[in-house]
Amino acid sequence: MTQKNLLEIKDLRVTFRMGQGQRFEALKGVNYVVPEHATVALVGESGSGKSVSAMAIMGLLPKSNTEFAAESQILFNGIDLLKETDDQRRARCGQQISMIFQDPMTSLNPVYRVGEQIVEVLMLHKKISKKAARERAIELLTEVGIPDPSKRIDSYPHEMSGGQQQRVMIAMAIACEPKLLIADEPTTALDVTVQKQIIELLKKLQRSHGMSILFITHDLELVREIADHVVVMQHGVIREQGASEALFEAPQDPYTRALLACRPHIDTRPLRLPVVDDFLQGREKDLPQGERSRGVGPADPIVLEVKGLSKTYTVKQGLFGHREVHAVKDVSFKLARGKTVGIVGESGSGKTTLGKTILRLHSCQGGEVLFEGKDLMKLSDKDYKPYKKRLNIIFQNPYASLNPRFTVGDILMEPMRVHGIFDSDKDRADHARELLKRVSMPDGAFFKYPHEFSGGQRQRISIARCLTMKPEIIVCDESVSALDVSVQAQVLNLLQELQEEYGMSYLFISHDLSVVKYISDEVLVMNQGQMVEYANSDQLYRDPQHPYTQKLLAAIPGRG
Amino acid sequence: MSQQASQSFWQAAGKRLWRDNLAKFCMAILAIYFVLALASKFGLVAADWNKGVGVSFANPNFMADEPNPFGKNSQMKPESVPMDDATRAVDPLASYEAQIEEAAKAYPAVEEKRAWSLPLGGDKWGRDVLAKAIKGGEVSITVGVLAALLAVTIGTILGAISGYFGRVIGDVLEWFYSIFTAMPYFLLVLAIAGAVGTKGIAAVIIVLGLTGWTSVYRLVRAEYIKQRGREYVQAADAIGASQSRMMFVHILPNVSHLILVQLSQLVIDFIKAEVVLSFLGFGVPLDSISWGVMINEVTVELVLGKWWQLATVAIVMSTFVVCFGLFTDVLRDAFDPKATRR
Repeated sequence: MTQKNLLEIKDLRVTFRMGQGQRFEALKGVNYVVPEHATVALVGESGSGKSVSAMAIMGLLPKSNTEFAAESQILFNGIDLLKETDDQRRARCGQQISMIFQDPMTSLNPVYRVGEQIVEVLMLHKKISKKAARERAIELLTEVGIPDPSKRIDSYPHEMSGGQQQRVMIAMAIACEPKLLIADEPTTALDVTVQKQIIELLKKLQRSHGMSILFITHDLELVREIADHVVVMQHGVIREQGASEALFEAPQDPYTRALLACRPHIDTRPLRLPVVDDFLQGREKDLPQGERSRGVGPADPIVLEVKGLSKTYTVKQGLFGHREVHAVKDVSFKLARGKTVGIVGESGSGKTTLGKTILRLHSCQGGEVLFEGKDLMKLSDKDYKPYKKRLNIIFQNPYASLNPRFTVGDILMEPMRVHGIFDSDKDRADHARELLKRVSMPDGAFFKYPHEFSGGQRQRISIARCLTMKPEIIVCDESVSALDVSVQAQVLNLLQELQEEYGMSYLFISHDLSVVKYISDEVLVMNQGQMVEYANSDQLYRDPQHPYTQKLLAAIPGRG
Repeated sequence: MSQQASQSFWQAAGKRLWRDNLAKFCMAILAIYFVLALASKFGLVAADWNKGVGVSFANPNFMADEPNPFGKNSQMKPESVPMDDATRAVDPLASYEAQIEEAAKAYPAVEEKRAWSLPLGGDKWGRDVLAKAIKGGEVSITVGVLAALLAVTIGTILGAISGYFGRVIGDVLEWFYSIFTAMPYFLLVLAIAGAVGTKGIAAVIIVLGLTGWTSVYRLVRAEYIKQRGREYVQAADAIGASQSRMMFVHILPNVSHLILVQLSQLVIDFIKAEVVLSFLGFGVPLDSISWGVMINEVTVELVLGKWWQLATVAIVMSTFVVCFGLFTDVLRDAFDPKATRR
C-alpha cells in the first residue's frame, strides 16, 4: 500500500472540566489514521467519544473547559491541528476539511434560501463573484441529485424533504473540494430508504472527488457497505480497528462481536437477544440456541379489533378554505392476546398517529376500535377513563415522557393513585419498588429524579409505570428507537419477558424493520396514512407482496 | 458524575444560587430591607414616625452646624403681646382675663424639647426622615409584594386555562387580554382606582394587581401551549390523570421557575408604580407614608433647598430596586444553568 495518510490521530486524550473540580476523560489515548482517498468509519455507542474526536479535528470543542494532553497530536497533511491558531483553523475548515451533521433540519438556516447558503460558502472560501458562485451552486445541487436544481436553488429549507436537505448539506460540504469530509451520523435522522440513497451518494462523491471520508455512526451494519477501514470505540478507547472486510468477517474483540449480535437480524429470531455483557463476560458460548417461532393462528383470542380507523386533520388554505389531510385512512387489524402487531412505515406514514388515536390521545374521524365488544371511540371521556388503565403506551423519547419534577417514586405511584389501585400509599410504594426490581432497576432509584438515569434506564421506568396498571394492551411507540444498540437489546428482551409473564398484547410501532421482525407476530406496513400490507410477520418478510414493502426491505443496511 | 444524594430541581437551583457571590450580596441587602419592614410592621422600629421629634427641617447630623433659616423660629413659640390699657379697651375678652389666666394654669405650658438635628434630617413637621424611610419601606414593600402575588395568581390561572384548553376558551381570554392591554396603562390604573373608590393600601394593591397580570398571563400561556404537547403530559393523559391534575400537578411545577422570576420582576415594577401613583395622589393616603408619598412631599422642600428627604428616599429605594433586579437576574440564571455562558 503506497497510500499516504491524510489524517493521523496520535494518542489523542481529551478531558473535560465539569466544574467543582470534576473531570471527565472523554478520549483516553486514541490512535487512528485516515488514508487519502479512503473512507474510515468510526463506530461506537453514545459516550464512546466518537463525536468528540471529530469535533477535535474541526476545532469545535469549547475552549473554556477542554484540555488536550501534551502528547496528543492531530496531523493533517503533516501539520498538527492542535497547535494551529484560530485564524489558521478557520481558513482550513470548509476549505480542506468540512463536516456534515446529523440533523439537516437544524443545520440549515431556515430564513435563507438554500442557494444563498451555498453561495455564501463559495464566496467566502473561493473568492469568486456572486454570479459564478450561483452557477457553481447549481452544478453542485445537480451533482448531489436534487431534481430541477435551477429552480430548487431558490427554495427554503422547509420546502424540502429531510433527504433533500441532507443533500444540500452535502453540497455545501463539498463546495470547496475538501480533502476530508467528516460525516457525523449523516443518516440517523433519515428514513431507511433515504438513508440508502445518501450512502450511495457519499460513496459516489468519494470516488469522483477523490476525497477521504470520516464516517461516524452508531450502526455497525451500516458501514459495511461504505467503509474501507473501521474503528470501533467504547468509553473513549478503541476496542478494535482494521480493514472493513476482515473486521466484519472475523471480529476479534468481544465488544465488536456484541455490537454485531445485539442488533436484531432480519433473517434470524433468537429466543433472547444477546446483550453486550454476554460477550464482555465471556458467556458467548452459553447463549440460548434456537429460534423463536412467531405468528397468529385462527385459534388465538382477539382482544382488540380495529375497523376502518381514520384520522383527518383540517388545514386552512387561503382565506376561508379548508383542506383535509388524511393522517390515517381506513386501517383495520386484529390484535390477539399475548401477541404483538408490529406497525412499520417511514416518517409521515401515520403509524404513531394510529397508535395514539387508538388510545384516544387523538380524536378519530371514522372507524371503530372494539375492545370487549365495546367501541372505544364512541365512549364519553368519563366512560373511557377506566379503560386508560387497561390500554397504555410507552413513548419514544424516554427523556421527554417522564415529568422532570417528579421523583421516580411519584411517577410510579401516580397511576395507582389516579385509578385507586391499593388503599394506602404504603402499599403503592411497596408495589412500585417491586416493579422497579422487576425491570432491573436499583432500589435506590425510588427517590431519584429521571435526569439521573440513562436513556435505557428511563425507558425501564416508563415500562414500570405502565406495569403499575397491569394493562392488557401496550402501545410501544418507537420505544427502543432512541436507545443504543446494546440497550435496545436489553429493553426488547425485557418487553419479551414481560409479555410472556403477564400475557399482554403489544402494538409495536417502529421504523426499524429488523426490530419489528424480531418482536412481532404480525406486521402491518403503512405508507402515507394507508395500510399497504398486513400479514403474519414470517410470511411478510419472506414474501412481501406490495412493491412498497419490497422497497423497504431492500433498503435495510447489510442487505445489498 | 452523579453518585451524590438526589437533588430536586429546586435544591440544585438553590445550590447554584448560593455559589454566586453577587446573589449572596443581593440576598444580604434584601434581607436587611425585609427584616426592617417586618420590624416596623410590628412596631419595633419607626413606630413614632409621625411625631415631630426635631425642629422643622432639622439638619442631618453630619451637617448639624449648617445655618438653618428656620432654626431659631422653628420652635413656634406664640408671640407674646404686652397687655396695656389701650389694648384692654378694645379687647372684648378683657373682662374674662382673670378667668382665662386661671384656666390656663390647669394646662401648664410644656416646653416641647425638639432636636436641632436628626440622623438624616427632618421634614417640614420635624419628623425623622430615617424613620419615615423605614416605615415607608414597609408600606412600599408590602404593596409591591402583595400586588405582585395577586397579579401572578391572576395571570397564572388565566394563562394556564388559556394555554391548556386553547380553542374557544383561549380565544375568549386572548380577547380579554387584548382589550386590557389596548388601554394606556396609567389611564387604566386611574380608572380602576376610581372604580375601587376607597383609598388606602388595600386599594393600591388591588389596583396594581388587577392591571399588572398581563405580562404573567402572556408568559404562562405560551409555556402551557409548549408544555401541553410534551410527551410527559401525554403520558399523564394516557394513565388517566384529570385535566386539573395535568394543569397544576404536572405542568405547573415545570413552569413555576419562570413564574417566580416574573414575580420578582413585578415586585420591582409595582414598587415603582406605587411611587408614581402616590406622586400623582392616587396612591396610599397622605396620613400614611410610603416612598411614593415621601417623593411627593419633596417637591415643596426642594424649592427651599431641603434636599435630604429626596436623597434618602432615592438612595433607599434605588438600592432596593437595583438589588432586587440583580437578584431576579441571578435567580433566572440559577434556574436555567444552560443559558449562562461565562
